[in-house]
Amino acid sequence: MNEHTGISAGFRKNRVSDIILYILIYLSASLSVIILAAIIIYVFFKGIHSVNLSFLTSVTSVLKGTVGIAGNIVNTLIIIILTMIIATPVGVGAAIYLNEYAKPGKLVNLILFATETLSGIPSIIFGLFGMMFFGQTLGLGYSLLTGSLTLILMVLPLITRNTQEALKTVPESYRQGAVGLGAGKWYTIRTILLPSSMPGIITGVILAIGRIVGESAALLFTAGSAKALPKTIAGLFPKIFQSGGTMTVQLYLSATSEGDFDTAFGVAVVLLILVFLINLGTKKLAAKYDVTRKK
Amino acid sequence: MKENIKISVQDLHLYYGDNHALKGVSMDIKKNSVTAFIGPSGCGKSTFLKTLNRMNDLVDNVSIEGKVFLDGDDIYDAGVDTTILRKKVGMVFQQPNPFPMSIYDNIAYGPRVHGIKDKKTLDKIVEQSLCGAAIFDEVKDRLKKSALGLSGGQQQRICIARALAVQPEVILMDEPTSALDPISTSKIEELMEELKKKYTVVIVTHNMQQAVRVADDTAFFLLGELVEFGDTKNLFSYPRDKRTEDYITGRFG
Repeated sequence: MNEHTGISAGFRKNRVSDIILYILIYLSASLSVIILAAIIIYVFFKGIHSVNLSFLTSVTSVLKGTVGIAGNIVNTLIIIILTMIIATPVGVGAAIYLNEYAKPGKLVNLILFATETLSGIPSIIFGLFGMMFFGQTLGLGYSLLTGSLTLILMVLPLITRNTQEALKTVPESYRQGAVGLGAGKWYTIRTILLPSSMPGIITGVILAIGRIVGESAALLFTAGSAKALPKTIAGLFPKIFQSGGTMTVQLYLSATSEGDFDTAFGVAVVLLILVFLINLGTKKLAAKYDVTRKK
Repeated sequence: MKENIKISVQDLHLYYGDNHALKGVSMDIKKNSVTAFIGPSGCGKSTFLKTLNRMNDLVDNVSIEGKVFLDGDDIYDAGVDTTILRKKVGMVFQQPNPFPMSIYDNIAYGPRVHGIKDKKTLDKIVEQSLCGAAIFDEVKDRLKKSALGLSGGQQQRICIARALAVQPEVILMDEPTSALDPISTSKIEELMEELKKKYTVVIVTHNMQQAVRVADDTAFFLLGELVEFGDTKNLFSYPRDKRTEDYITGRFG
């Protein structure tokens, strides 16, 4: 009897420390989820009543008495497209060069170190540089183009790194197989390596878009805060050279200088939905282009 | 006798940096025959195989001395286009490495590299190549499905078909069955008998029984040297070199 309890007591002692550990782990896990859920719920409750059709399709105007973020949505889209059109090919190209052409050595290490450092720099420093260089030196002023050029610098490392990681996971045997059939380097890259790395490239692009959508500091003093909507479709092009505030910039302004918290939370809700859609889109797209699936 | 020689290697030396990996290998490989390279791991047999279609060009720090003639032309001559060389001398690797695309696109890859775009021509090449690799019946209903869904043995025959699709003259096989089960292995060995009617086949194997079964000629490598080369039956029955005898009787390896 005694001996029996002795063993089971020893047994139980271990179990207790296990259980405590489990509780702690579950606690930390649920805490992070709860905080996230709380923020989302809070923002939704505060903001959802501001979001309606006119909020999404009109521009805030004292004269007309309308409240809306259509101009900011358009500005955000223009900045995303402008930035990605330039950043994606350059980023992917840089990754291809680093992974497939450059001889490993000091130069490559330096570039890798630079990209890593670049991605860790606070965005406001990019903004400062963008304002001075693109805005002042190149004379682009406060404009969507200045904002985009600044953001390109910010998201390039993201795309390059993701593409590079994807290229690294392409098995060496694919390269050998292609070369063994007489394929040249560029042909191999085009037909085997890029398709195989598509999910990684898409992930990089979507992360970059997420970063653009979420960026405010760097855009405040490069792209400005105008919220007017171009009157015609043709007006979209000159818009590139004009000031324009994105949704995040508008959120910041609404919540600070304008003191309009209804609009601020309304923008926040739209942003949250957008981020959710982007994440969903990433998963779908990456799965669609996953050539390694065995169907 | 001379026109019967497909590949002639003369005093080939290969260095990986300071490492002298092949030490003066000379060998004549006969047309429409199966030639096997045997030897313990690290003896240079795979390295030697790769010199025959210049796959070593991919490796940094490799330098090569000596001559390799394919039908009398030195393949290490400065003017040689490796694309054309590798069209003539195809390769099958140790691990089946089908590309992550459909079976059809895998086979059509090589022809497309060499500029064939016509759908009908490609269809014909794909069917002929798959037949040539004795896998057409198994995959004819799923040509548009991913080649990655096939079994290892099927994948390897897809890789053989892929190599055949560029209509090579020589097929190099680097331990093509070492990652496969016995049934797949015997299928590929049977296939070699067929292949040598049209092609010159060179195979690296660490399996001596396989060399006896499939090869007309066998070369024994040791520490980067070609120790003995000749008719397979003679080499295994009456080895001239003591080291060959020790190896084939299992004294080391």
